[in-house]
Amino acid sequence: MSADLPGRGSSAFAKATADKSDLPQDYDVLVVGGGNAALCAALTAREAGCRVAVVERAPRAFRGGNSRHTRNLRCAHLAPTPVLTGAYSEDEFVADLLRVNGGETDAPLARLLIRDSLECAEWMGRHGVRFQAALRGTLHLSRTNAFFLGGGKALMNAYYAAAARLGVDVVYDTEVVGLEVEDAGVRVDILPAGGDRRVVRAAAAVIASGGFESNLEWLREAWGDAVDRFIVRGTPYNTGGPLKLLLAAGAESVGDPRECHAIAVDARAPRFDGGIVTRLDCIPLGIVVNRHGDRFADEGEDFWPRRYASWGALIAAQPGQDAWCLVDAKMAGRFMPSVFPPIVADSVGELATRLGLPSERLDATVRAFNAALEPGRFDLETLDDCRTRHIAPPKSHWALPLDTPPFHGYPLRPGITFTYLGLKVDDRARVVLRGSPCRNVFAAGEVMAGNILRRGYLAGIGMTIGTVFGRIAGAQAADAAR
Amino acid sequence: MPHADPLAHGARVLTVCNACRYCEQFCPVFPAIEQRVVFERVDLAYLANLCHNCGECLYACQYAPPHEFGINVPRTLAEIRLDSYEHYAWPRPLAALLRRSAPLTTAGLVVAFTALFLAASALTAGGAAWRAQPGGDFYAVVPHAVMVAMFGSVFALAVLALAIGVARFAGDVRRSSVEAGRSQTGGRGWRAIRDALTLRHLHAAGADCVSGEEERRPWRRWCHHLVLGGFLLCFASTTAAAIYHGVFGWLAPYGITSLPVVLGTLGGIGLAAGSSGLWVLYGKRDPSLGDPAQGAGDRSFLALLFATTVTGLALLALRTSAAMGLLLIVHLATVLALFVTMPYGKFVHGFYRAAALVVFERERDPASPH
Repeated sequence: MSADLPGRGSSAFAKATADKSDLPQDYDVLVVGGGNAALCAALTAREAGCRVAVVERAPRAFRGGNSRHTRNLRCAHLAPTPVLTGAYSEDEFVADLLRVNGGETDAPLARLLIRDSLECAEWMGRHGVRFQAALRGTLHLSRTNAFFLGGGKALMNAYYAAAARLGVDVVYDTEVVGLEVEDAGVRVDILPAGGDRRVVRAAAAVIASGGFESNLEWLREAWGDAVDRFIVRGTPYNTGGPLKLLLAAGAESVGDPRECHAIAVDARAPRFDGGIVTRLDCIPLGIVVNRHGDRFADEGEDFWPRRYASWGALIAAQPGQDAWCLVDAKMAGRFMPSVFPPIVADSVGELATRLGLPSERLDATVRAFNAALEPGRFDLETLDDCRTRHIAPPKSHWALPLDTPPFHGYPLRPGITFTYLGLKVDDRARVVLRGSPCRNVFAAGEVMAGNILRRGYLAGIGMTIGTVFGRIAGAQAADAAR
Repeated sequence: MPHADPLAHGARVLTVCNACRYCEQFCPVFPAIEQRVVFERVDLAYLANLCHNCGECLYACQYAPPHEFGINVPRTLAEIRLDSYEHYAWPRPLAALLRRSAPLTTAGLVVAFTALFLAASALTAGGAAWRAQPGGDFYAVVPHAVMVAMFGSVFALAVLALAIGVARFAGDVRRSSVEAGRSQTGGRGWRAIRDALTLRHLHAAGADCVSGEEERRPWRRWCHHLVLGGFLLCFASTTAAAIYHGVFGWLAPYGITSLPVVLGTLGGIGLAAGSSGLWVLYGKRDPSLGDPAQGAGDRSFLALLFATTVTGLALLALRTSAAMGLLLIVHLATVLALFVTMPYGKFVHGFYRAAALVVFERERDPASPH
């Protein structure tokens, strides 16, 4: 599929730099991947005195994996800092993690992650990353999460600039197609786009190549033909090649290959790389129906940040993986504006026609919903008492009648964020190969995030995992290369 | 490539920004976007003039070209800025003329005014333009009354045209802000003026503006300060000379240590250094950060500033030589051309930005860091 990836070879927009078009030599440490974890590992190993190469699958303009779509990282801290308000203890962080992942975690690794998160912001700042000022009250996440100024792509630009300053060799547009662990080191086969396959040797390798959420064929094994209707929110380059190579070589895995993080995105989003702007936050404010015009899930079950990640799977289970969110004029403007305009009509029946839904059935669904409402006091800040009775599925909170024209409709599809299947690692980020930790292959970032959480998600923890384990992997790889 | 309809394109781009918001702490533009849901012409003109083109948001953008969304906020807003200068200019056709062919119009004005002054000098002072004048007496070449008549009328018209344009822009933005209920009382206008003069938003969030990805340099800001400072000193020099003449009856030429000469010399050096520096930096900056269609107009303005100063400094240095007459005439012509083009070219940006910053201060959330 590599031939039809967007942006391949179109680097005219990017500033010309001294990026290597080839890897001329053997290295101490070779980093597979080009996102946050990869660059944290590369910078750490380089600062330990190693000759370091980064092999990034994407062309320069799309470098950085899914880190380019991120915005913050979660870090424990003992007192307010310029970028974080209040305090966020290790214990509270652990409790938050256990709440979302159902307790399934490698506890020592989770502790290590959270303890080391204390140091992240300072280390990142030293490598050029800038943060937003913490805004008390305006962003409720500013106590637990440090926000990158300009977001994840700005962060990746800072890391790549630091790598260039320090003398890390970077190749773009190059896939890792073979990986063999030998006694003396690692033999890596690389395939530059439009070039010839060749071998690079390194004393140690860090695998930081992300998950396989943009590999539709791999996803098909778990989801069948429903994947044809999936939208991949992030980079098209996370096809899981290095992960597959290591699993085939006997690396131990963590996480369920069927599990993925998926949310409801606008059906008009691009197939790949739509990022943050395609999400829709209107579900708790309205109702969601499938192509038969029927509701199928509780839209107001819990606060949206706790429920948004369940909607990908809910929609994936609907016929045609289609759904539509309907809100009325009372709710328009009460959620983050999405990048696509709503489809608007003056009656439910007319909206059904415009959305391509059976209008009588949708009308009946809305009438039944409106009739099932109990009076209550609407309050988005609490789990309020506006709910339905005697209707299945119920809407537990924020249920108001859909009765004020004009009515707005948004088409929805499952939008996959990341996969959970990954490489098992130990507390030195060593990949467990045929039963024991491998002395010269390390993993960091999304490719090993399953060690920490195998389901659910905690905002910003992906970047914490990448930063903490990237640095550990870089330091350990440097040690192994000596 | 310029967009056929920069306003429609701008509205689309800002809708993406409004759904993303990752750039919200770079500068005032993004919090101002978040206060809006739709982007009409007046909103776009306001946001475009709030933008100082620091460039950070292009490199930070996950949707920048070659992404299929193709979001380039600095360029998009540069295109809309130009549109706004023309839309609010009075009379509008003059702005269109300058936009279509800035180098030719500017050079043509200098040549035409040179010819005009030469003719005026020949008619009123005979062949004085070609001879050295004792003590470097300018009025022997172009009589004082001619100078006052020419400059007084053109300057008054230019100030009027500029004031009408700025007032139309500021009034439009202000009205829409009040109508939408965004304008608060007690906005701190002094902050807007301070931020405009210090170019606060050229060093976004503490770092200098970018000339390329991860290249943050102070030079553009310093050159701009030199230009503005130099311009104000030259203006002060002229004002001092007018007071010497009109109030005290002290007639030019003034001594080398006199206020008009000292102010004018310092201002001229600043203006020459700043404008040539900006010219050089213009060529070194990533062209993606600007609107390539405006290069000719911006550079014509810089060239005119540079020519005004260099002819002025040369005039001072050579005022007792036979070259004085012609130098004076060319200098007067460039100054006049500068006055004429002021309300229609790049010069207006300072006033538009200051007006936008005043509105931002009235609308801003007190908790915002900007």
